Amino acid sequence: MAIAKDKVGIVSCSGEDLPEGTISRIATRMVLEKLRPDDTVTICLPLFLAGSEDERAFAKVFPTIAVDGCDKRCAEVGTKKYSGKPVATIVVSEIIKKYPRLKAKSRDKLSAEEKELALKVAKEIAAKVDEVLGRKKLRGVTG
Amino acid sequence: MSKSGKIFVISCSGIGKALGTVGRTAMYEVVEKLRPNEATTVCLPLITIGDETVLKLVRTNSCISVDGCPFQCARKNIEASKGKLVASFMVTDVLRENRGLKPEGVIELNPKGLKLASRLAEKIVRQIDETNKNR
Repeated sequence: MAIAKDKVGIVSCSGEDLPEGTISRIATRMVLEKLRPDDTVTICLPLFLAGSEDERAFAKVFPTIAVDGCDKRCAEVGTKKYSGKPVATIVVSEIIKKYPRLKAKSRDKLSAEEKELALKVAKEIAAKVDEVLGRKKLRGVTG
Repeated sequence: MSKSGKIFVISCSGIGKALGTVGRTAMYEVVEKLRPNEATTVCLPLITIGDETVLKLVRTNSCISVDGCPFQCARKNIEASKGKLVASFMVTDVLRENRGLKPEGVIELNPKGLKLASRLAEKIVRQIDETNKNR
């Protein structure tokens, strides 16, 4: 199976029960739509179980970053279980600790403060995307 | 607060489409505003990875799936986990009944998408009331 050379997969937990899950989902969309639209692709995590072998090939085709809301790490665990080992994991609840001024409270519509937090998470995901692509480029050069 | 005894409204993660956001928004409208004492939710990814605590909850309490698209990830994950599924909703069905309400936006739904979510929420609430009546 061919590995995509220029795209990074992002799998978000989307955790419906926690504000951090909503932050992970929105941050992932910010990367896909605004920060790195040409470099990233995604898939719904529950589709690994509900879908076919085509969907489960995702992490084999794309080097994949798991974005998790909490330390249960469903995106990391689910991607590894059904598709392939992610190249990196970003955990929202850990990033939040760096910004004690910003709180995640809502599971539905994000406040301005929560959007700011989502953007900070998005920027960390984007930096990881660059790192993954840079590493791949380096591999290409060195063979 | 304990979740046991409530009806679980479980929406798909729908990260790729506005339809997923409609389902998710409808679910929150139900569990946070319309029926907070009768309904609750749980993270679908916990079902996907087979979290024992969550599996026990969905196997012993009534569940309603809310899916954005015909892949029906919420329904299929609940079924695969032997959850107690009492009803399934798909955003595409509600959109067919409300053709003027085309949803747009995943990060933020447009007003038509929000209205569509409210229509779906009304249907979910009717199902919750029906399920509770028959208990």
